[in-house]
Amino acid sequence: MIHPIPPGTRDILVDEMRELRRLHLSLIDVFESRGYGEVATPAIEYDEVLARGDGRTANSAYRLFDERGDLLALRSEMTVPIARLVASRFAGAEPPLRFCYLANAFRAVRPQRGQMREFTQAGVELIGASAPAGTAEVVEVMDAALDAAGLDRAVIGLGDADLYRQLLAELGVGGERRDAILARLAMHDLVGLEAELSQAGIEAEQVSTCVALSQLRGGREVLDEARALGGPAVERATVRIGETFEALEERGVAGRVRVDLGLLRHLGYYSGAILEVYDPALGHVLGGGGRYDGLLKRFGVDLPAAGFALYLERVHVAQMEEESRRGGGS
Amino acid sequence: MNVEVAGTAGAKPEGPLKLAVPRGALLEGTLDVLDAAGVDTAAARGESRALIFPGQGISLVMMRPSDVPTYVEAGAADVGITGKDVLLEQSDRLVYELLDLGYGRCRMVLAGRVGDERLGESQRRLGMMRIATKYPRVAERHFEATGRQVEVIEVKGSVELAPLIGLADGIVDLVATGRTLEENDLEVREEIVECTARFVANRVAHKLRAKEIDELTASLREATAR
Repeated sequence: MIHPIPPGTRDILVDEMRELRRLHLSLIDVFESRGYGEVATPAIEYDEVLARGDGRTANSAYRLFDERGDLLALRSEMTVPIARLVASRFAGAEPPLRFCYLANAFRAVRPQRGQMREFTQAGVELIGASAPAGTAEVVEVMDAALDAAGLDRAVIGLGDADLYRQLLAELGVGGERRDAILARLAMHDLVGLEAELSQAGIEAEQVSTCVALSQLRGGREVLDEARALGGPAVERATVRIGETFEALEERGVAGRVRVDLGLLRHLGYYSGAILEVYDPALGHVLGGGGRYDGLLKRFGVDLPAAGFALYLERVHVAQMEEESRRGGGS
Repeated sequence: MNVEVAGTAGAKPEGPLKLAVPRGALLEGTLDVLDAAGVDTAAARGESRALIFPGQGISLVMMRPSDVPTYVEAGAADVGITGKDVLLEQSDRLVYELLDLGYGRCRMVLAGRVGDERLGESQRRLGMMRIATKYPRVAERHFEATGRQVEVIEVKGSVELAPLIGLADGIVDLVATGRTLEENDLEVREEIVECTARFVANRVAHKLRAKEIDELTASLREATAR
């Protein structure tokens, strides 16, 4: 008899589980060897607590009532639960704090689209280390994790979460108008972006500057191209990215990093550097992260922080593709 | 797969860029614009029923316009061309919309039977209109945005049939010349949005094959600006 399971969930059987476990262990090895101790948090938390970290993240979660009528939510990622953990369990501890995790999270995505509703994230959080050194350390760990997974062609995109917020403030755009523009930017809907910017009363020249800026991606030279487009917001962002890039070069891990001024992540708590990981073998993003210097403050501990998470199942798919490419190719 | 480049090392994704080409009404215009942008389309213009036409820098992959976002989102095609109507209907698909190509211009409209007041009457007396369409999400968003309640009925074939034999009070559909509406005794009541062909890209390809995609975008922009 066939007994169904909810859409977007799945069973993992022996062969896959063996490979996932191997990947899992090699990633945790990388994290532990760099001083990131593994922690676990409950899969369900109080909705109110998660929403404190990021309203939008909590929105996408599954919710239920417990026997006392309290509203609970299934976590949709691990950064907010770890911020909660740091504030409650490590309030007096001497920073920096380093944690890693491998955990299931839940999002109400549409099934049949290469995305599951229950998925596994492997990642690290570095609490109490500011930019650029803290960011560079996190990228170094990410770089080592990708090596450990055998993804030698993987690329890390480095952008800045504050760039467009500051740029729009500079242009005098705020409120709903700004959110609509940021949404277009995040989707790279350039046709819609141009229309929104023009409707916001921004001059044609600045509209094309903004669109051009979002398409700048590549090596370090991109920062000079951006600077040429002008404006104090762009100047500040390029300085921030430049400092991070230098710190990466000092650590010798700038090799797979691409500067990307079009990068924008959906989670609301990011500030400063943002990261995304891609592999040519897969059309989906493998993971991401960045800085969230304001997040811990929402839980009562004012510490800068950075981190990243990889989607374990996607890394596994990319790993398989890369292996068969290496095996069947040259 | 691509034997000639399989040996190249480094972070460069291999093989020609895969471009999803929409068959049907947009095909002719798409091939013309690609020609003008310097992409060889001779093979795709022939009688061949092949689905893939390999090229030097760019391979053409032929598919239904409504499949383009699916292939591009998954990265099976790196870039593609399809109508804005398709992108609006599948607006939750994560593809980068890089360029308005300007051709294939048509309007998404609400249409009803000529001289027939059923749309208004249903709205007034039943509180809701029945709308047949191939674009249920576009239709739902339009009526929601204009504060009206409707029952959207999704059909796959000729939508014009629905109000003629009483399946629906009106239709939401794409209109180019308006001749089909006219021939079926229908008329435009409201214009919802104007649609043209768009150039889209997979988000990972957009990052990893930046140079090729930027160059293609630039030549397409030039070709359509003429």
